[in-house]
Formats: sequence, C-alpha cells, structure tokens
Amino acid sequence: MTLLEVKSLNTYYGESHILRDVDLNVKSGEMVCLIGRNGVGKTTLLKSLIGLLKQKKGDIYLIGENINRKAPHQRARKGMAYVPQGREIIPYLSVEENLMLGMESLPGGLSKNKKIDPFIYDLFPILKDFLDRKGGDLSGGQQQQLAIARALLGKPQLLLLDEPTEGIQPNIVLDIENAINKIIRDTGIGVLLVEQHLHFVRQANRYYAMQRGGIVASGNTSELSQAVIDKFLSV
Amino acid sequence: MELFVDILFNGISFGSVYLIAALGLAIVFGLMGVINLAHGELIMVGAYSTFVTQLLFKEPFLKPFFGSYIIVSIFVAFIFSATVGILLERLIIKRLYGNPLETLLGTWGVSLFLQQFVRSFSLSFGTSVIISIISGVSLKNIFPKSIKERFNEKYIRLSNWIIPIFIGILSNNFLATNIPRIRRPDSRLVDVTSPKWMRGPFEIYGESFPKTRLVIIAITVISVIAVLIFLNLTEWGIRIRAVTQNRSMSECLGISTKKVDTITFGIGSGLAGVAGVAVSLLGSVGPDVGQLYIVPCFMVVVLGGVGNILGTVLASFGIGILTDIFASGRLLTLFPNAPSFVFNTLNFFSTSSMAVVLIFSLIVIFLQFKPQGLFPQKGRTVE
Repeated sequence: MTLLEVKSLNTYYGESHILRDVDLNVKSGEMVCLIGRNGVGKTTLLKSLIGLLKQKKGDIYLIGENINRKAPHQRARKGMAYVPQGREIIPYLSVEENLMLGMESLPGGLSKNKKIDPFIYDLFPILKDFLDRKGGDLSGGQQQQLAIARALLGKPQLLLLDEPTEGIQPNIVLDIENAINKIIRDTGIGVLLVEQHLHFVRQANRYYAMQRGGIVASGNTSELSQAVIDKFLSV
Repeated sequence: MELFVDILFNGISFGSVYLIAALGLAIVFGLMGVINLAHGELIMVGAYSTFVTQLLFKEPFLKPFFGSYIIVSIFVAFIFSATVGILLERLIIKRLYGNPLETLLGTWGVSLFLQQFVRSFSLSFGTSVIISIISGVSLKNIFPKSIKERFNEKYIRLSNWIIPIFIGILSNNFLATNIPRIRRPDSRLVDVTSPKWMRGPFEIYGESFPKTRLVIIAITVISVIAVLIFLNLTEWGIRIRAVTQNRSMSECLGISTKKVDTITFGIGSGLAGVAGVAVSLLGSVGPDVGQLYIVPCFMVVVLGGVGNILGTVLASFGIGILTDIFASGRLLTLFPNAPSFVFNTLNFFSTSSMAVVLIFSLIVIFLQFKPQGLFPQKGRTVE
C-alpha cells in the first residue's frame, strides 16, 4: 500500500526556490532513505511533508488523501510522525510528559490516552530510568531515543526521521537502527529517513538522491554503487 | 514580635493584591510572551462585573443570598473577563504573534477602547453584550442534535446569530428596568458594598486583621493553587507548557496550537477578572482603575523571572513587604537614633506613593544586574 505520494512538490523560503518538482513515494513496511550533501533540501522536504513549510505547487497524498491544506497537527493526527533534526524535545517537561505528548495524535488525544505503552521501554530501556528528569537535561543520544519513542507512541503509519544518528555515540546509533528495524518488522509502518551514515543507509530498501532541490537518482539500496555514494554522501 | 506579625500581614496583604493582579499576566506575558497592555482593563471588566453582580444580588429575589455574592462574582468576573480576553485574542493578538511592537500598540489601543467603552455605554449594555457573546459561543455546542438534523444548516446558522442577539436585548431590558443605577452611561466611580460577614476586623491572639484583606489573601492563595494544579497536573497544562516551550514541535505532535493559545489567553484574562473582584473590594472602581495596576503587574512578572509562576509569587510578596516597611516608616521607629541624613531620607520615602517609587527604582537597579529576574531558567537547555 502506498502511504505517501508526493507529486511535483515545489517549496520556497521567501524568494529562494528550494524544492524543485520533487516526486517521491513511500509504501508501508519499507524504509526509504533520502541522501544528498548538505544544503540540497532534504530537511526542507521533510518540513514540507509534515506541513511546517507550505508548498507553492504540487500535491501530497497521505494514504490516498490529499493533505495539501492540512495544518501539521492535522497531518500528525492522520498518521504522520516527525522526528526533526536536533530532536526538539520539550526542554522543561519531564521525560514522561514528553512521551505523553506523543499520544496527542492518537484518536481522542491526550484526554483519552494517558497510559504509556510499555513497548517503547523494550526498544529504549534507558527511558524508563529517566521518566522524572527534565527532557532538556538528557544527553543528545538519550534525547534522540526519547524523540523516536515519542513519535512511535502516536502509532503513526509514516515516520519521518531527520538525521537520527547525527552527533550521537556509535553504540546508541546501533540501538536506534535496531529499534527502527524492529518497528518496521513488527508494525509494517513506512519510514522516510534522511541519513548520512552509510551503514544505516544500506539498511533501507530504497533510496532517493537529492541535488539542488530535486531528486536526481533513485533505486534499491542493494544496487547503491560506489559512484553514487561518492557523489551524494558527504563521507 | 507584634511588629513582625504586623509587617508580615500588611506586606502579604499588599503583595497578594499585586500577586492576584499579576497572576494572569504571568501566564499571558510570562508563558505566551504576549505584552498585553489591556490587562489592566481586563481587571476593570472584572471589577465592574463584581459591581453588577452585587447590584443583582440586592434585587428582592436574590436578597437573602447577598452574603454569598462575592463567591458568585468571582466566577462571573472570571467568565466575563475571559470572554473579553478571548475575543481580544481571536480578533487582534492572533494576527500579531511574533511582532511584539505591534502587539504592544494593538493592545494599548484596545485598552483605550475599553476605557472609553465603559464611559460611553451603560453597564447594562456592556453586560448584555458580553452575555450575548457567551451565549453565541455556547449555543453552537448545546443545540440538541435532533434539532440540528431536522432543519436546514442555513437556518441553524442564522439562529446562532439571532438567538444570542435576542438574549442580549432581553438581558439589557431586564437589567435596565430592574437596576436603574446601570441604565445610563456613567463614568463616575462606583463602590462595591461588601457583605456583612466581611466587614470589621478579625481577631486572633489579640491582633486584629481587617476581614476584607483576609478575603483577598484567600482568593489569591486559592487562585495560585488552582493555576499551579492546572498547569502541572492536567492535560491542558501539559499542552500549554509544551506549546510555550516549542511551538512548532508541539504542532507537529498533534497539538492544535491555535486552540491552546486561545485557552491560555482566556485563562490569563479570566484571572485578571478575579483580580478585579479583589480590586473592587479595596476601593472605588472607575474606568481607569486598570491603569493603577498594569505597571506593577509587569514589574512583578519581570522581577520574578519571566515564565516562572513561583517567582511571581515571591516577587509580589517581597514587594508587598518592602513597601509596607518603607511606607509605614517602621524603620524610623526601629532606629530612632539613625544619623540625621538617613533619618531624613527614610522620612521622605515614608508615604505610600513615595515608597512605591523607591521600590520600583530598586527593582530597576536590581534588573540591571540580574536581567533574568530572581529565578532565571536553569539547566542544560539554557545554553
């Protein structure tokens, strides 16, 4: 089933044209990776998908429904979850409250869903020890785990991940990779991932390569050649 | 000992007026970052609605319950001020988020508008305008579904307008015929008579405290506790804190930030209304009663540390106690042998208005050294 379909998306930052005719789709149960050097518009694309930036032209379909005019909170309630670059944990809320906010996008919102589903403690055991700490006091890696857990608690159909391993110590990178793989296997959600880590990129099913705001190459990651890697990954 | 209790009581009772007046602003300015210069006028709305409630309780059918009108008027004032505040947010402030200078000018305009509104229109008219707005908003939600489905949507929408207007006209007629005092526009000061149980002093251990002051302290304490419970223990509290700390991420998590803004602003404005009840108990109420309180409110919130409710509490009690110490000239009686220039200086500041001048100058100097206030935000996130 096609979860996300993007047709000739164009986004501007003020006057400057960032995204040029982006076409892309994500099916359920697959991990799709977006690669490209810094400043080619990967983050802008994710922000346009969740609705933080308004597109000028083009259509976005989520599970067959056109969501062009929906606000971010409506898109979240329709099954899209977003883990931004830099985590964006709510700093002065406790870890528990941060996790509870993840359930705001469930039907009925926070008022009807108060119990944190323990499956996230299986994925990220460390969160259980920190429930009473302020979210802003966690380390970068812990915040990343919290951000992913928070997104998963909303039971999304589509998970948008923006550089989840950026600036994080290697053992936590592995934890995060395993957790995302497990979630895809268990629940069959789709994941759209922006990533620079070659090891993580290799685990995706398909890739899209971006250059100057447009998609210039795509295919299965198994066919990802050294030439493409050299061209689009900044490692 | 007696002196100490005296200072403490007077200081707390001064401070609690500041606190109740600033509590709403601590939410609107402290949490949302909106500079609302119309906050004083929301206090005025609360004070006037206390006055109207009180007159209503003098009518024959409510006369036996006159003693309890204060409690009723707290709710009335909260709802009325919240309604005006939500209207203000929806019509003006919503469009100005992120533009502090424009917000400042816009809300100042609203403050002038509200002052003039009270002068130019009768209280019965003002009250019925607010009543019709409240009924207009709530009607949509309380219409039974069976009626909604039976008629064309057009008629339902039309009746959503007609019925509130009708309710407004009826309530205007009712108030104007029954309470002649509020029939005509009147910009003179009005006075609220407190019920019998609130008059006179209250005695403990030979010390006597005016009961009005005790009631104000009680209202303040209950409001602060209610606000803390609301912000920290309810789901709306979590939403509000999330939105004030990271607006765009909260939106991405599925929180309707517009709704949260409206509710936050409504609660802050409602608290201004509760402050209006306290203000009306202290003295006469006029169209510019809010102007007295707006500057101290901002001072208290900034001194306490923006976004910190407990800081606001401590700051207002601190200001209250210091004001009392200087204004009553207690230092003069304590240190009668102080050098003459100190004595003269203290003597100069020992009137209530000069004490306020002194305290606020001290706050300004203090903020030069600690611009974040008494309790700045701490932790890894600040960096």
